[in-house]
Amino acid sequence: MQPTSTIYKKKAPLLVFLIPAFAFLGVYLFYPFIQNVINTFLNIGGLGRSADGANTPFYMNYAELLRDPKLRTALKNTLLLTLCTVVFQVGIALVLALLVDSIHRGARIFRTIYFFPIVISATALGLMFNLIFLYKGGMVNQMLFSLGKLHTETRASGRMVVDWIDWKDKDHFMTTMFLPVIWQYVGFYFVILMTGLSNISEDVFESASLDGAGGWQKVRYITLPLLRNTLCTCLVLAVTGALKVFDLPWVMFGAGMPEDRGWLTGTYMYDQTFNKANIDYGSTIAVLIVVLGVVLSNVSKALFRQTDDY
Amino acid sequence: MKKRVRPSVIFIYIVLIFWGLTTVYPFIWVLLNSFRKKGLILSDSFSIPAGKAFTLENYALAGERADFKNAYLNSFIISGSVTIGVMLLAGLAAYGMARYRFRGRNLLYSLTMAGMMIPVFSTIIPVFRLEVMMRIAGTGNRWLSLLATILPQVAGNLCFAMVILMNFIRSVPIELEESAFMDGASVFQIFFRIIIPTAKSSFATVAIFSFLWSYNDLFTQSFFLRYPRDRAITGLLNEISSQAGVNYGLMAAAVVLVVIPVLVVYMFLQKNIMRGLTAGAVKG
Repeated sequence: MQPTSTIYKKKAPLLVFLIPAFAFLGVYLFYPFIQNVINTFLNIGGLGRSADGANTPFYMNYAELLRDPKLRTALKNTLLLTLCTVVFQVGIALVLALLVDSIHRGARIFRTIYFFPIVISATALGLMFNLIFLYKGGMVNQMLFSLGKLHTETRASGRMVVDWIDWKDKDHFMTTMFLPVIWQYVGFYFVILMTGLSNISEDVFESASLDGAGGWQKVRYITLPLLRNTLCTCLVLAVTGALKVFDLPWVMFGAGMPEDRGWLTGTYMYDQTFNKANIDYGSTIAVLIVVLGVVLSNVSKALFRQTDDY
Repeated sequence: MKKRVRPSVIFIYIVLIFWGLTTVYPFIWVLLNSFRKKGLILSDSFSIPAGKAFTLENYALAGERADFKNAYLNSFIISGSVTIGVMLLAGLAAYGMARYRFRGRNLLYSLTMAGMMIPVFSTIIPVFRLEVMMRIAGTGNRWLSLLATILPQVAGNLCFAMVILMNFIRSVPIELEESAFMDGASVFQIFFRIIIPTAKSSFATVAIFSFLWSYNDLFTQSFFLRYPRDRAITGLLNEISSQAGVNYGLMAAAVVLVVIPVLVVYMFLQKNIMRGLTAGAVKG
């Protein structure tokens, strides 16, 4: 830490520097956060209205959390999504990064292309994937049809009937919901991992080559261990990111389609608050989301503990 | 020379190009179909829409049904203000935190770190209530509705921005400031004439992620922007997706209208954008 310079001995200007930001944070972040926890014990009749006293019993909403089957679905889906994002997003990104790192031409183009979906709003992507997964005439179904993978039947009248796959039904909705979410952010982790790879010194690889290490051995014993910290960062970001997913599933599935099986904690919280006017219950789900975030990010930090020794 | 993995190079390129196609092709498919005549999307969506199949109808309809110009205007007002607000507040605070030694500094630092962990889900309801009481939200006035969206979005980006700027300012050698001080500059002059220019790249990082985060956010917007003329781009798209029914050409045109401007900006600023969005991970 630098010693305080003479410039900064006089503390008066400090107020001008700090008060705007922290006053703002107090009003718009910390106060609402605490108020939200208090709200979970109150009975609130509508969005923007004040509370009509406390709930009886005061822990009513928390008891409801335990009973609510839709919340259980939401929780299950969200945890599954988290797991899938960690495995596939970071997994695919790692494979792509290692591959791009090993080629000499075109690395920049791949980087540009892979990162692009991240800057597009999830709402636009949701609309796009709605078209892609359309029941009749969507891109996926038409591709499967032209590959001859769809069941067809020729009626007596000579008309051919195609058994289109409903990508949003209860057998397929998980794929349809998770794929775009995972797909969008692969490029994000790819870029982070590329930065990590470029920080590994060339000398290590040269000496390994001299010792006769092959390509895969170098990846296994040098690249991956040296990339460990970057990978940890990616995993923690993937976990916390997955808990915040809202826009894409909301645009594609709305309120828990199909048949209340498609909820995520984020979409369920929004629906309870906004459409069902269950304000205090919505607050309780929000508290659950916070707790989940803190627990999962600490668990993942502990699992993939960052080390400084290499 | 880097030589790590080497199965055949061709195989590597096939894998890389395959993933590239999964990224690019959906956009191309949507682009092609936005120019295709109604009805043909369902039967023949892969060919290039030429001759009879070609139409601009979808765009005409999109322009007629949805007010894109107005939505873009709203989006730019919101995201522009969020960006300026975040840069200003975070810049001042980061400078104070990085340079001054004072009691309570550690507490404020911990608060900032904790603030990064607070998701918007958990603040939105009390914020809505607060803004209703302050007569900003739910008034029906367009400008107030925009303001009602801007304020919580500033708060949502502020902590992260402060951490990035603090880390940077701390790494700036203090000598520059000292010599300016000797020449009689006040701390405020030092802030505007030395700190801001030196930390330009960090401010750019902060600006980019604040802008994009705000521009792409649907959750906060859907609470505060209730009327059609208040709607920003993401809200408009959400509206189209729930109301266009079976008019797939209109949906495709709407997606294109939103993606193209972003694509253009991305082409020019991609390096900065990548740095901006991955700043948290790589540490600013």
